[in-house]
Amino acid sequence: MASLEGGGDSGGHKKGPGVKKAKKLSTRVDMTPMVDLGFLLITFFIFTATMSEPKAMNLNMPKEPEKPDEEMLTKKSGALTIMLGKDNHVYYYEGELDAQASNFKSTDFKGIREEIIKKKKEVISRYVRDIKCEEQAAKDKIDPKSCEQKDFFVVIKPNAEATYKNTVDILDEMAINEVSRYAMVKITPTENELIKATEGGQK
Amino acid sequence: MPKVNIQKKSTDTDMTPFVDIAFLILSFFIMATKIKAPEPVKTTPPNSVSSKTLPKDESVLITMDDKSQVYFTILSETDKTVAPKLIADINAKRNLNLSAKQQSNFARTNIIGTSFAQLGTLLNLPDDKRNSITQTGIPVSDSLNNELVWWIGSAKTAFADGKRRVKFLIKGDEKAKYPAFEAVIDALRRNEEMKYYLVTSLEQPPAGTDLYISRQKGTTKD
Repeated sequence: MASLEGGGDSGGHKKGPGVKKAKKLSTRVDMTPMVDLGFLLITFFIFTATMSEPKAMNLNMPKEPEKPDEEMLTKKSGALTIMLGKDNHVYYYEGELDAQASNFKSTDFKGIREEIIKKKKEVISRYVRDIKCEEQAAKDKIDPKSCEQKDFFVVIKPNAEATYKNTVDILDEMAINEVSRYAMVKITPTENELIKATEGGQK
Repeated sequence: MPKVNIQKKSTDTDMTPFVDIAFLILSFFIMATKIKAPEPVKTTPPNSVSSKTLPKDESVLITMDDKSQVYFTILSETDKTVAPKLIADINAKRNLNLSAKQQSNFARTNIIGTSFAQLGTLLNLPDDKRNSITQTGIPVSDSLNNELVWWIGSAKTAFADGKRRVKFLIKGDEKAKYPAFEAVIDALRRNEEMKYYLVTSLEQPPAGTDLYISRQKGTTKD
């Protein structure tokens, strides 16, 4: 057979030294850049993701004429008044503040939880079965257990130096300890003075 | 002795499964994420054990930043007529003399954090500038001149047309001081609004507490 180039070969199979064999191209694609890109996008989406959706906490305020109610409630021994001061300090007293302010105590957010639990237990232990309240609770589809703490009332009084976080924390503490009755009230000048005096004493 | 023929293996690994997994994860993240909305005012909300979801529509968002400055935003995705109604109402009640252009600009303002005296200047700015400028907050500290009261009142009027109850969201930074919060509550209370939603991030109740126990039992409703 005649061939165009170097006609020395008799068969078609063997080629001369000058002729290069056509290289068989691999069908494999190098995946590395694709992987790179894939992971780059993954990281991007991880960073922009909002995994934890913000949640809402309900807050119901009493209607304006709250003063007589509050005074009446704090007279009861089941009342616990919590005041919030600066630098996450918490102050509290049980029942009414006495003249010498001897029941005015200082603590922090860890201590106040124990105090709330203790006070709640104390109120519950004094509970005399109130059929009327339990019937009402059943009617309103509330846990009748809430009647046990019907005398328990927490008054929250943040002062001007408390932060918003402190306020939410203490409201959260109410939710954590399942306190059913609490109110947020303006702090009185006497209490503010006491906080100032305690703060001065600590330094 | 028989010759042991060790075959030379290629160091190339087959990347295909790797790619498969990568793209699987990628598609998961694309579908599962909502891209964070840019916040005009940066706030870090405090934690709480509350697990209620936040209402997003037909509500008013009151923001307090770390410097205790107060901002006002209306969230009304479905009904676009609320914003024009609100600004018209404010304009009439406070005699602000805002032009039609300024009023139409209001609908494209992400967040309001300025006094009524400076509102006109804010609304004159071009869109991009108006939404990126640092504002000084709505004056609330003076209870006689708590301007937030007017904003809330007008928001109620604007939403009331459709007989809807507007929800009030309060989003505060951890470092915001209590008086700012009190002023916000006071403004809401003067508009006879007693129910609020505080924006918080989720936290689990500490072990051993009453709420923890009732959540374990599944008796709590929230």
